[in-house]
Amino acid sequence: MTIEPDVHDIVATIREGNEAEQGLKPRSELTARELLREVGAVLRMSEAEAAKLGDLPVDPSEDQTMIINMGPQHPSTHGVLRLMLELQGETVLRCKPIIGYLHTGMEKTGENLTYMQGGTNVTRMDYLSPLNNELVFSMATEQLLGITDEIPERAVWMRMLLSELNRMSSHLLFMATNGMDLGAVGMMIYGWREREQVLRFFQKVTGLRMNHNFIRPGGVAADLPAGWRDDVLHLLEMIPPRLEEYDILMTGQPIWRDRLQGVGVITQEEAMALGATGPILRSTGIAWDLRRDQPYLHYDQMEFDVIVGSYGDAFDRYAIRLNEIRESIRIVHQILDAMPSGDYRIQNKKVTPPPRARIDESMEALIHHFKIFTEGFKVPEGEVYVAIESPRGEIGCYIASDGSATPYRMHVRAPSFVNIQCLPHMMRGGLVADAVAVISSVDPVLGEVDR
Amino acid sequence: MGIVGDIQDDGFGGIPHNAITAKLEDLVTWARSRSSWPASFGLACCAIEMMATGGAHYDISRFGMEVFRASPRQADIMIVAGRVSQKMAPVLRQVYDQMMEPKWVISMGVCASSGGMFNNYAIVQGVDQIVPVDVYAPGCPPTPETLIHAIETLHQKIEDGELLKRRQATGAGANLHVTEIPRGAEPVPVILGSR
Amino acid sequence: MSDAATPEVVAPEAPATLYGVLLSHSRGQRVLHPTREQYVATVRALLADTFVMCADLTAVDYLTFPGRTLPDGIVAERFELVVNLLSIERRERIRVRVQVPEADPSIATLFDMYPGTEAMEREVYDMFGITFTDHPDLTRILMPEDWEGHPLRKDYDQGRIPVQFSTDFAAKDVAK
Repeated sequence: MTIEPDVHDIVATIREGNEAEQGLKPRSELTARELLREVGAVLRMSEAEAAKLGDLPVDPSEDQTMIINMGPQHPSTHGVLRLMLELQGETVLRCKPIIGYLHTGMEKTGENLTYMQGGTNVTRMDYLSPLNNELVFSMATEQLLGITDEIPERAVWMRMLLSELNRMSSHLLFMATNGMDLGAVGMMIYGWREREQVLRFFQKVTGLRMNHNFIRPGGVAADLPAGWRDDVLHLLEMIPPRLEEYDILMTGQPIWRDRLQGVGVITQEEAMALGATGPILRSTGIAWDLRRDQPYLHYDQMEFDVIVGSYGDAFDRYAIRLNEIRESIRIVHQILDAMPSGDYRIQNKKVTPPPRARIDESMEALIHHFKIFTEGFKVPEGEVYVAIESPRGEIGCYIASDGSATPYRMHVRAPSFVNIQCLPHMMRGGLVADAVAVISSVDPVLGEVDR
Repeated sequence: MGIVGDIQDDGFGGIPHNAITAKLEDLVTWARSRSSWPASFGLACCAIEMMATGGAHYDISRFGMEVFRASPRQADIMIVAGRVSQKMAPVLRQVYDQMMEPKWVISMGVCASSGGMFNNYAIVQGVDQIVPVDVYAPGCPPTPETLIHAIETLHQKIEDGELLKRRQATGAGANLHVTEIPRGAEPVPVILGSR
Repeated sequence: MSDAATPEVVAPEAPATLYGVLLSHSRGQRVLHPTREQYVATVRALLADTFVMCADLTAVDYLTFPGRTLPDGIVAERFELVVNLLSIERRERIRVRVQVPEADPSIATLFDMYPGTEAMEREVYDMFGITFTDHPDLTRILMPEDWEGHPLRKDYDQGRIPVQFSTDFAAKDVAK
């Protein structure tokens, strides 16, 4: 990193109200050094190289640029994201995402909920893949408790099953919203049609269509119902032909390709520097998938491919997610074959409540149940960071415990929070109409961005 | 312009009724209830269930509502779907103000109705602190069936004409009465997961 | 987590160090404890040693738990900045914990090395009040711009509205 701008200049400019809090100052009013810092810092190039690339063709006769505001309430279905765009005609010069419109204080709330209740809080962050949120929170808690290796086999395989089905439902929703954002309005109906089938299975297993609080520290909340194999097989038979339909409707279609290829390009260095993970990082060609590279649960025993793109554009990300649905189907087939019988949660009195039938018979069981659900179980002091692969990238949970029944500090590293930082770099030099395509290809979930 | 004045004062109910004007009022409320377009105000998880309601399986197109208008000027019902944060509250009010009369609000989900499970500094404890709400749909998130029930309840009330009459009288939403419950000697706060 | 590349083991009496700062292990994960002065140099060394991605940057307010376990020689302060770094090449993670005092809650920014920390540091500023020197845009990111206070500090109340129940039906004014 060889750019050494005059730091004091920049700091002084910023402090003197360069950007009216959440606003955006036109680039004509920013010094060249600040712009270079914006560009060069990411590209990690020398100042000379950045100077060559840093300038977009700006019409010298037309000095005026326009700053417009997109959101926070806008029809693109990605939630309450606000973008300030600086435009020269139709070209996007700069973009500043402004978030916080869905800030729920979940990390503060999490400090007052016990570890068993924590799942209800965490699950509402990334509401499109709630089981992944619960999984990472439970894994972090188990690591603090030291019971990671004692989770029963059936519970681990159930977690994997639910996690992969959740990946499928999340990517199906991506197909639906991506299609609709780009004009294939029928995709909204098709994607939701498939997703409803998966949600119906979730309702059968967990009781809820969304925000399940099913994966809890120690295992899962209940066993799989009878007949679950048939339901899963039905899903696995129904979805692949529908994916072929999507291929016909979208992948090969010239309009679709024109709208997505070459749009929202991000390079490998940019993606890594910005901390982007998930399909964004894989679209640049870096084959990084936590399920394979830092395996958790029993993913090291699964056979699946990590889908990687080569151009780093929106079309790659679309294709990656479409094929990840196929890979998830493959994994679920393997889980179906391998699902063992056994307990669905650890039989550790400290962590697990007793079975409900015993509460009628035994006083100790009643007290035990009462204590776990009101006071909560105590977790030894320490801090830990656990990360898994959610459909959007690396979701991590950092818990610092002080030995009591509630987390002292619970922080979730949300993939979309970091991926949104890629938006300005993807939109630079593109057209306004492509802005929607870019946001859609990043697939942010504002619940986890703002927490 | 007696009739116009009557309508301005009292809505359709103010017209001296005869067979023709009664039928006219019925016709208008019938049309309003069957073609109410929602303004998309999907914020969080409830928005996903709202979209599912618009999907093929639950299909609110049967009720004439599949067109989620992005522009509040063209919308009739604002379905507040999701938790409203402190930063979003002025935006919510602004969108509501931009909607043209007659307009109605459905508060979807417990977070919109009362703050839900997030009783903290960041979430407005019920959107009825900001906009007058006509129907509350409970659930976290409410299943599409619950939302459709809420929508149908609202449609029924639109068709009866009740809401507009009452709003004119009270200036509020569906008979919103906020009464103070007298405190005991010491209020006992209910706190989740107390240590 | 894997410690495939085990750090150089020094003589048992001396505390373990890595890149010149104290090293400890937390549930099998490696944690470095630089001081505020050593912080930037340590992270730069990690960056040069294949830790090219900053996975997470957050903070903890230890106001009500000052007696946490720390390696000898580290002075516990009120705030602790926690940085999780990731090496894609070696498939490893490492954590950096820096103590930040209450009296002077400021620390250097990592923006120059990891531009992805821009939003994360803004969140830490917003939630804890820790300022980052040379950060390009240190403004509130989650709360409204004119909000006062830093919500995740331990002396900031959760803001619960206690639910008031009353079973005195006669006294309640029920509107018909």
